[in-house]
Amino acid sequence: MSAVVHIALSKGRILEESLPLLAKAGIAPREDVLQSRKLIFETNRPEVRLVVIRAQDVPTYVQFGAADLGVAGKDQLMEHEGDGLYELLDLKIACCHLMVAEPASLASHDDPKSWTRLRIATKYVRTTERHFAAKGIQTDIIKLYGSMELAPLVGLSDRIVDLVSTGQTLKANGLVEVERIADISAWLIANRAAMKIKRQALQPIVERLQQAVG
Amino acid sequence: MTAKDRWLLPEGIEETLPDEARRFEAMRRAILDLFERWGYALVMPPLIEYLDSLLTGVGPEMDLQTFKVTDQRSGRLMGIRADMTPQAARIDAHYLKRAHATRVCYIGPVLRTRADEPAGSREPLQLGAELFGHGGPESDAEVLSLMLATLALTGVGQPHVDLAHVGIFGGLVAAAGLDAERKNELLSAVERRARSDVETLLSAWSVKPEDRRRLLGLLDLNGDGGVLARARSMYESLPVVLAALDNLEAIAAHVRRQTPAAVLHFDLAELGGYHYYTGAMFAAFVAGQGRAVAKGGRYDGIGRAFGRDRAATGFGADLRRLLKVGAAPAVPASGIFAPSDADAALAAEIARLRAAGERVVRQLPGDTAAAADCGCDRLLVKRGGRWRVEPVTS
Repeated sequence: MSAVVHIALSKGRILEESLPLLAKAGIAPREDVLQSRKLIFETNRPEVRLVVIRAQDVPTYVQFGAADLGVAGKDQLMEHEGDGLYELLDLKIACCHLMVAEPASLASHDDPKSWTRLRIATKYVRTTERHFAAKGIQTDIIKLYGSMELAPLVGLSDRIVDLVSTGQTLKANGLVEVERIADISAWLIANRAAMKIKRQALQPIVERLQQAVG
Repeated sequence: MTAKDRWLLPEGIEETLPDEARRFEAMRRAILDLFERWGYALVMPPLIEYLDSLLTGVGPEMDLQTFKVTDQRSGRLMGIRADMTPQAARIDAHYLKRAHATRVCYIGPVLRTRADEPAGSREPLQLGAELFGHGGPESDAEVLSLMLATLALTGVGQPHVDLAHVGIFGGLVAAAGLDAERKNELLSAVERRARSDVETLLSAWSVKPEDRRRLLGLLDLNGDGGVLARARSMYESLPVVLAALDNLEAIAAHVRRQTPAAVLHFDLAELGGYHYYTGAMFAAFVAGQGRAVAKGGRYDGIGRAFGRDRAATGFGADLRRLLKVGAAPAVPASGIFAPSDADAALAAEIARLRAAGERVVRQLPGDTAAAADCGCDRLLVKRGGRWRVEPVTS
């Protein structure tokens, strides 16, 4: 049985912070992943390949078995619907948090306890809906793909739900965080069937990553 | 709607064209023959029925999955079946009313409001076999063996089969004294194998170290036969869990006796369908598919809602999916092409061939279809005043 293992990584911060962990687990790409425009990379281990895709796509690739393992932000996992995935390991990298922010002018007299219906711009539609529904708050959600901070400034929405790590972008745009939804970090995920069928090949990688995380 | 998109089907609904349909139907018949040989009687539950009876004894998930329409005659709400298992249970409990064990099977389309996975079908062709009225491991083993035989028939070679038991997780949770809400939260984390989430939850709830160790241990209890021995030593002080482990061991032993080639695995944290099943659960996985291609288990008490509390075990699968992941061969068309000719002897010969089981297609006057266009590999040709079958020569 050809047990080729595909590991899905996403461009950007997760890729930068995953590579040192993978290196500690004995997996190093044959070329500079950060510079190349290629999508599939050979590694020092002939049976292990890395695929580099968009962050939102990682859970989908792994769910369908197009990749056996993947590194995905908890934000993407919360937003992804459907089963077939194992969330094996919190890699404790690419840490940030998901929160609700609003213009400072609104925040000065706003009381989250009085919220009944909110107009929110976000790319995390399902997570936002679920979070507020659990608190009995109705939401009108406007799906955006980026530059969330702009939405309240131009009157597209009252508030935003987005990831924040340093808070610099919020501050530069006059927004303040009013509620934290979840702490986010990148997780090692696995296709459920692959974890059973290719156990021999996958389990050692998982264990070495576990050791690398500490 | 424009003329160009008038042919579009709703999402998750597909139509099956001739070549595929032939393969489909050949497999459907082969599976029904298999079920028949194992003594499972075919039942044909209705496609649509009153919602209150359709949803009796099933969870809220099934309610969401069911398409509803209003009956113009009675004004009552009707549901299009999303799962045939409860219908089969009702047939057993309400109509057959037998005291002894009853085996039924079914195959047919069901309709779901949402597909189980992205790009999945909303109209699976559900097949299933259910054994009512026997609570022992022998009946679970029989159903599991039949599931393996069905998978082998559809060309799903060497599936990875996992066994698990509701009583193990249930016993551990009860020992730890967790309420229903916490149990569900923990269940979701265990199903995702998210060890650190499990750890976080257990410490947030101040679960005793002993119970914490046992619950976390569940995540490592997967693999071959050695799993049961490890589980036994880890859970030796919990009789409920030990009984569940005994049950799994007995089922596995019976299956190996019936199907010596069977490769069985255990994964005690594989809890898909936890709320539905009441005992042993089993699922078959194949490479590249995150969801099981066939699954089953014990669901005692489903007949209670229909007035009879019967033991029940069974398995189910979607034939569409099995044919996609399996290697069931295409069934090549063969047949005899008959010319358009008013000769009475030709008509008699065609009737004779058809009675003998041959497929005979008659050419229509003025039609341009050749033998190959009608899936025929032979011709009826008149030679020396007699009609004879000859191979197509190109």
